Amino acid sequence: MSEMDKNNPDKNIPAVEVEDMTVAYREKPVLWDVDLVVPSGVLMAIVGPNGAGKTTLLKATLGLIKPAAGKVLIYGRPYPEQRQLVAYVPQRGTVDWDFPTTALDVVMMGRYGHLGWISRLSKNDRTIAFEALEKVGMEKFADRQINQLSGGQQQRIFLARALVQDAQIYFMDEPFQGVDATTERAIIDLLRDLRSSGKTIIVVHHDLQSVPEYFDWVTLLNVRKIAGGPVDEVFTEKNLRAAYGGRVGFLGLTLTENNSVKKD
Amino acid sequence: MFSFASDLIFDYTLRTVAMGSAVLGMVSGVLGCFAVLRRQSLLGDAISHAALPGIVLAFILTGSKSPMVLILGAAVAGWLGTLKIISIVRMTRIKYDSAMAIVLSVFFGLGLVLLTYVQKTPQAAQAGLDTFLFGQAAAILERDVIVMSIVGAFGVGLVLLFWNRFKILSFDPEFGKSLGLPIPLLEVLLTSLLVIAIVLGLQTVGVVLMSAMVVAPAASARQWTDRLGMMIFLSAVFGAIAGIGGAVISSSAQRLPTGPTIVICISLIFVVSLLLAPNRGLIWSWLRFRRDRKQLHLDAVLCDLYSLAMHHDNRHHAHSIAVLRTMRSDRGGGGVLKSLEELEKFGWVTHISADNWALSASGIDQAMKVAASIGKQPE
Repeated sequence: MSEMDKNNPDKNIPAVEVEDMTVAYREKPVLWDVDLVVPSGVLMAIVGPNGAGKTTLLKATLGLIKPAAGKVLIYGRPYPEQRQLVAYVPQRGTVDWDFPTTALDVVMMGRYGHLGWISRLSKNDRTIAFEALEKVGMEKFADRQINQLSGGQQQRIFLARALVQDAQIYFMDEPFQGVDATTERAIIDLLRDLRSSGKTIIVVHHDLQSVPEYFDWVTLLNVRKIAGGPVDEVFTEKNLRAAYGGRVGFLGLTLTENNSVKKD
Repeated sequence: MFSFASDLIFDYTLRTVAMGSAVLGMVSGVLGCFAVLRRQSLLGDAISHAALPGIVLAFILTGSKSPMVLILGAAVAGWLGTLKIISIVRMTRIKYDSAMAIVLSVFFGLGLVLLTYVQKTPQAAQAGLDTFLFGQAAAILERDVIVMSIVGAFGVGLVLLFWNRFKILSFDPEFGKSLGLPIPLLEVLLTSLLVIAIVLGLQTVGVVLMSAMVVAPAASARQWTDRLGMMIFLSAVFGAIAGIGGAVISSSAQRLPTGPTIVICISLIFVVSLLLAPNRGLIWSWLRFRRDRKQLHLDAVLCDLYSLAMHHDNRHHAHSIAVLRTMRSDRGGGGVLKSLEELEKFGWVTHISADNWALSASGIDQAMKVAASIGKQPE
């Protein structure tokens, strides 16, 4: 695919299509026959209770775990051909933050998808990485050892690393997990910027309360797909009840609690 | 000291042993860094133990006692053992540590059985296969050192070539996979290089202690720096120093085995690093803890004085130390006098009379600053 095509995929084709995605650990299904169509240019949340398979769906889509069945199309073509269009922000807790390296260095790792087997990064890559740090407000921390960063700062570093991938579609696993209100604000602003420049963003999210405010598209998941579509159409009490197993009274209570905790 | 230096230059055996040990220390120092950072420190132990049956089988199959042949056997067995560990982890639900323990004990057990069996034949006893258990440095020839250097340079060269890819593999392999990097291939390559590093040291240090040369230089180096490049450089230097040190010390004393002496040297470096390194060192963090605790106590006493002062029209009214001690009674009221004397040095409190102390004007400012930094007004 030419450089031109890469930067201008046909926005009439869905950004991501997942068909029949099924993942099982041993005999227990974690994801069951999930179909997903994500239109180009949406900011989509994947929500569901613990153990619903949200992270698994993300990883299976990206080929990081082997599904029992399933097909993934990115802008109409098989994922392996389109890998360069996709950026990934893993959960912050999956790496060892005591690793001896700097913030800038971690961001530069995002440039390796653009390189051949043994080629090295150029000065240009360094500039791109530094600009990404500026976008997430972390340029002052470029040379900081990563274990001296707070949780929110580490999350921003991960976001910057995805930004330098220069992708069309961003997959993010719980980017709001354990960050302070300022960082949450900064992250959501960044996601909206990405959307307005035509990117598609898919976010595993756990705070139901903020879904209508942050996202325009949503998928409710609980091993199977419960519902998917625009937030104002599918983010209904009936669907939530189906996804969260009918504990609506309990759910309502948690919602208010979450809300008040957040405003503290 | 001078005689050591001149021996190093003029004594053929010592020079050869020291150079060989330095090379093995350097190479295992470099590759050990990745093993330590990937939390696979014990992989070195598994590989070196897994190499034993390879050594014995190489002898049985070829009848040769040339170190190069035996070490080639070690490399093949060590590598097979490693691939076995990787495939057990990938194919089954067995975790890394268990997989390593299984492979280590099965291969080492097999090696011991073969060794015992073959020792009964006369030519095997002469071949000195059992010296591979604890190493026998004196047997190293200049030719061996040259081969070790070439193989070692090849290993370190590949590390430099794939530097950043190995860094991604060690820090965040899943992200690397999402980038399309050939992560499984890189993992096999890096682990194979570790096998090479370990096999280089088997003749000198032996299968039982070789893992120390993988873990200790890297763990020591990590104490001193927060940069991967510097860590790998220091690790190589520490490994080399331990190698040369062990060779020199064991040559100067009767019946001191070289391999274990090298391991003791690197252990000393590790202990020193653990204690003295800035930031990460134990002594350093103990001092920091003491300083923080003292500072907290100073702040507490200052705030106590301030809250007492708030109850009086005259803010510089003196208060008895007994009252302050009561306010710190959760800590037994100890250390209050010491803190007051310390605060007086800053000019924040004044010693009015025997047991009475008062806040100064700058002390009030300071107390308000402290209170603000804690995020609440003193009651």
